[in-house]
Amino acid sequence: MLNQVPEAVVWAIFFLPLGSFAVISLAALLSVGGAIRWNPKLSGYITVAAIAVAFLFSLWVLDSVLQEDGRPIGFASHEWVRVGDLTVNIGLTADGLAAVMLIVVTSVSLLVQFYSQAYMHGDPGYSRYFAFMSLFTASMLGLVLSSNILQLFVFWELVGLCSYLLIGFWFYRDSARRAATKAFVVTRLGDLGFLSAILLIWTQTGELDIARIQELALTGAIGSSVIAFFAGGVFAGAAGKSAQFPLHVWLPDAMEGPTPVSALIHAATMVAAGVYLVARLFPVFAVSEEAITTVATVGAITAIIGALLGIVATDIKRVMAYSTISQLGYMMMGLGVGGFVAAIFHLFTHAFFKALLFLGAGSVNHATGTFDMRKMGGLARYMPVTFIATTIAALALVGVFPFAGFWSKDEILANAWKDQPGIFWTALAAVFLTALYVGRMLFLTFGGEYRGGEPSEHGDHSAEPHESPWVIALPLVVLAALSVGAGFVNLTDGFEHLLGGSLPQEARELQTESGFSFGIAAGSVALGLAGLGVAWLVYGLRRVRSEDVREALQPLPTVLERKYYLDDLYEGVIVKGVVMGVVVWGLGLWDRYVIDGLADGIGAFARTSGERLRLAQAGQAQVYGAAIFIGVVAAIAAILLANP
Amino acid sequence: MDSVNRLGPELILLAMAGILVLGDIAFLVTGERLLQRKRAVLAAAALAGTAGSLVWSGLLVATDTTGEAFSGTMTVDKFTLFFNFLFAGTAAIVILASVDYIKRSRFPAEYYGLVLASAAGLMLLASTIDLIAIFVALELTSISLYILVGFVKDQRSSEAGLKYLLLGAISSAVTLYGMAFLFGLSGSTGLGEIADAVAAADEGERAAYVLAAVFLAAGLGFKMAVVPFQMWVPDVYHGAPTPVTAYLSVGSKAAGFAVALRIFVEALGDGFIASDWANMFAVIAAVSMTLGNVVALAQTNIKRLLAYSSIAQAGNFLIGLAAVAANDPQVMLGTSSVMFFLATYAFTNLGAFIAVIAISNKIESDEIDDYAGMARRSPLLALGLTLCLVSLTGIPPTAGFIAKVYIFNAAVQADLVWLAVVGVLNSVLSVYYYLRVVLNMYTREPLSEEAIPLSPALGFAMATATVGLLVVGIFPFPLIEASEAAAAVFG
Repeated sequence: MLNQVPEAVVWAIFFLPLGSFAVISLAALLSVGGAIRWNPKLSGYITVAAIAVAFLFSLWVLDSVLQEDGRPIGFASHEWVRVGDLTVNIGLTADGLAAVMLIVVTSVSLLVQFYSQAYMHGDPGYSRYFAFMSLFTASMLGLVLSSNILQLFVFWELVGLCSYLLIGFWFYRDSARRAATKAFVVTRLGDLGFLSAILLIWTQTGELDIARIQELALTGAIGSSVIAFFAGGVFAGAAGKSAQFPLHVWLPDAMEGPTPVSALIHAATMVAAGVYLVARLFPVFAVSEEAITTVATVGAITAIIGALLGIVATDIKRVMAYSTISQLGYMMMGLGVGGFVAAIFHLFTHAFFKALLFLGAGSVNHATGTFDMRKMGGLARYMPVTFIATTIAALALVGVFPFAGFWSKDEILANAWKDQPGIFWTALAAVFLTALYVGRMLFLTFGGEYRGGEPSEHGDHSAEPHESPWVIALPLVVLAALSVGAGFVNLTDGFEHLLGGSLPQEARELQTESGFSFGIAAGSVALGLAGLGVAWLVYGLRRVRSEDVREALQPLPTVLERKYYLDDLYEGVIVKGVVMGVVVWGLGLWDRYVIDGLADGIGAFARTSGERLRLAQAGQAQVYGAAIFIGVVAAIAAILLANP
Repeated sequence: MDSVNRLGPELILLAMAGILVLGDIAFLVTGERLLQRKRAVLAAAALAGTAGSLVWSGLLVATDTTGEAFSGTMTVDKFTLFFNFLFAGTAAIVILASVDYIKRSRFPAEYYGLVLASAAGLMLLASTIDLIAIFVALELTSISLYILVGFVKDQRSSEAGLKYLLLGAISSAVTLYGMAFLFGLSGSTGLGEIADAVAAADEGERAAYVLAAVFLAAGLGFKMAVVPFQMWVPDVYHGAPTPVTAYLSVGSKAAGFAVALRIFVEALGDGFIASDWANMFAVIAAVSMTLGNVVALAQTNIKRLLAYSSIAQAGNFLIGLAAVAANDPQVMLGTSSVMFFLATYAFTNLGAFIAVIAISNKIESDEIDDYAGMARRSPLLALGLTLCLVSLTGIPPTAGFIAKVYIFNAAVQADLVWLAVVGVLNSVLSVYYYLRVVLNMYTREPLSEEAIPLSPALGFAMATATVGLLVVGIFPFPLIEASEAAAAVFG
């Protein structure tokens, strides 16, 4: 037990990676100018060192919060902007929830950065990569530590920006560019809701401090419709960031980024920020029946549609991406059924095993040069470490006892069982589907015979796949250990105690209470094993030909392969058809009728009066002048007519 | 003598403008090397003029000198001094940005002289409190700017100059008409007396006051470049020499707002007329933001894109002006939000234009497509331009974010929530076209690998602008306090 953590140390958790970003950027800029010689390897070392220290400091925070039973450590807030009645304070939140998130972000980030040193070796953008990753980590930590919702929004935007930069990291690829833009635009749609929610809560209560907003919501000081709209807006932002239906379409495309980026940002941390946000504002959601039901429903739909898509994808990273969508849906669903602890517990375990699955996929790519599972096969023999680690993560994802996912998934199921049978059965169905796609992924990748691979996405590879170097393998091993062990942290309800402390007293009663249920646990494990078994029959033993299954189930597989036609709807119909169409049509009308019409009319007038002014582009200056007068007349008329 | 002391910052600029033009004639030189040296001396002298003006303004602040000058036609107060710094700083950056540009011109002395003279006019606009003096200052600024717009004498620049002159003349006439109404109604040209007359006016005179307010808004709206008085903006911004475009988009626009604040808040701020013009400005703000942003989406030329962006930004500033009168106790908040926004916008837009000047000088194109891969050809310029565009969008941690929070807050406090919502929606819309430029620079293959050189003058100007927008974005306090102090003169 250490002394209580001082505020400066908590700030340092945020400033260390930020400093690493600043140092690397500066060095990279100076070395481009030829002012200094900069060995890119240093960028990796600085990043890893900064995050390692941030991780140690996070442990210190955890220690202090544990001593407080998860209740927030009181830090003073600092005035940042004060204009009129609006005062924006910035400050730190260090409670059970923040401590858990700090541990997740710093530990996964540390392992991913370590791994990246080998994975990105020789890439021309090596320093740029580590600069962006440092900036991302700093922003994500800032997001978690924010005590003020506007401050949180600032970091919310910054993580989005970093995600955008990193998805488009290999910008010479057309697909990467498009994916980056798509991610930015889709998440921004959600952010619009978030921003409106902030504006709403501030106009209604004058508060931006998260703890105060929670308090006001719990004491009933805010009207129920305001709460519902506020929660709805916040959830829109969360749904965009956490890839919830129907805003999930950006995440699969985001796999265009380097694989460690997918592991850190698009699996373990940033996409979980939406879940974190809803959890942070759990008391607000919990008092509104509409809001909490929406969260549960959207989460359940997402869990199912994500898992279904995972069954048909052929790209290993896309399978993971759909799996992430599905699991994030699971967490949202957990929050929606009142399982605050269960959802964050699942976020915690998921971060480790999903990061591991991605890093494993990266390791496979390192060896085979492809992400296409149809070109892999038989890798268990060549890459034992990767194989074992990935299998552990897969079992954790399916929720097999005693792996981490078992414990957290089981809590969500138990909470849903309490009084939401519809949600419960949906969740159970998702368990089976999850096992199916996980099994398919395992057998296609590691079972059977090697099917040749492809040239690597960077660097070269030999014809025979081989195990990755230790810099890549070590993080896999550590994450595998965590994928086994992370589930045990709540065995004695320690985790629950820690998280519960971060809720205000009144909100604790709004949680769903449920104990361990042997029936549910056994049932879900059995379903998971059944799913794996079916996958084994089809993709392992090949007793049943997958083509036959496909034929039998038509048209479902086609609908899934076209991703429910949502991309076609968004891009083809909404973006190209409606939005661009309306803009082009509107500008055309403006030109044709307003500008040309005015020009013709005035031109005719000018010709007849014989005073035509010759300009290079005749007519325009008159139109502009006429617009001034029309504006004047319209303004006078409007004012006097509106209010005579 | 007090008058001269109080107007020292303006007088220094005018004196230096005269010295430049006369000195140019007195020291005729021939030969390329001597000409080069002379150009450098002229630029340095012009910069010294702005520096002197800044120092004098600083002394006025330090000695806490305030009061009227020239028999009550002008006043020096915190508001004036705020704009003195803004305009002298803008002029200095514009001069730095012109050094390379003007190398090809045969008339550098006249160019710098006109920049200084119009800067003096801009400052006078912020300090005059009498309709006639306002009009004179307006013309001093405008006439210098007409010449500057057409300075290059190629076809595009000349056409732009002529258009600007014609439409400027119309707007001057409209402004004068509005002033005549005010004089007729109040029997005075002093803003203070007019305010008294407005307070004493009865409902029967309302229509006449509305006419006056609308005419003044139209005339000043031309300077501010808001819909529907904005139609000259794309053509003139496109055709004018780029440093002059930068100057127009920042200096002339800010002066329009300074005068509007003086006239509308000080003279027309009380009484029945206030809600009328506030509603008008609210509608103009919404339309300007929306039209500017939507049309900007379709632009392929960076100067035209920045032109439409500046129309949309002017709509943002107008939110603050609309908020001034909507709620009396909020007078300070609306005014100070406009001033804060103007100052941050000055940094940001000047920075963006400096990048455009440097890049366009080299690639001889203003097409956004030709900016492809600029991040590789000039990492610093691309980074600077990106920061400026991010700030224009209003994404943290830049000054633009604080400015938007500030002004939307003013709107909300004044019960103009709908206007704040329109503003937020527009911010989201604007992301797309600003981002497109950034995307082009960072994610596309460059058309050539040739590096873009950055001259020391431009580099210094760029660094000032970008450091400024970051510092204000992170530590906004000093500028907020200065804006509040300046706005307090109307309290």
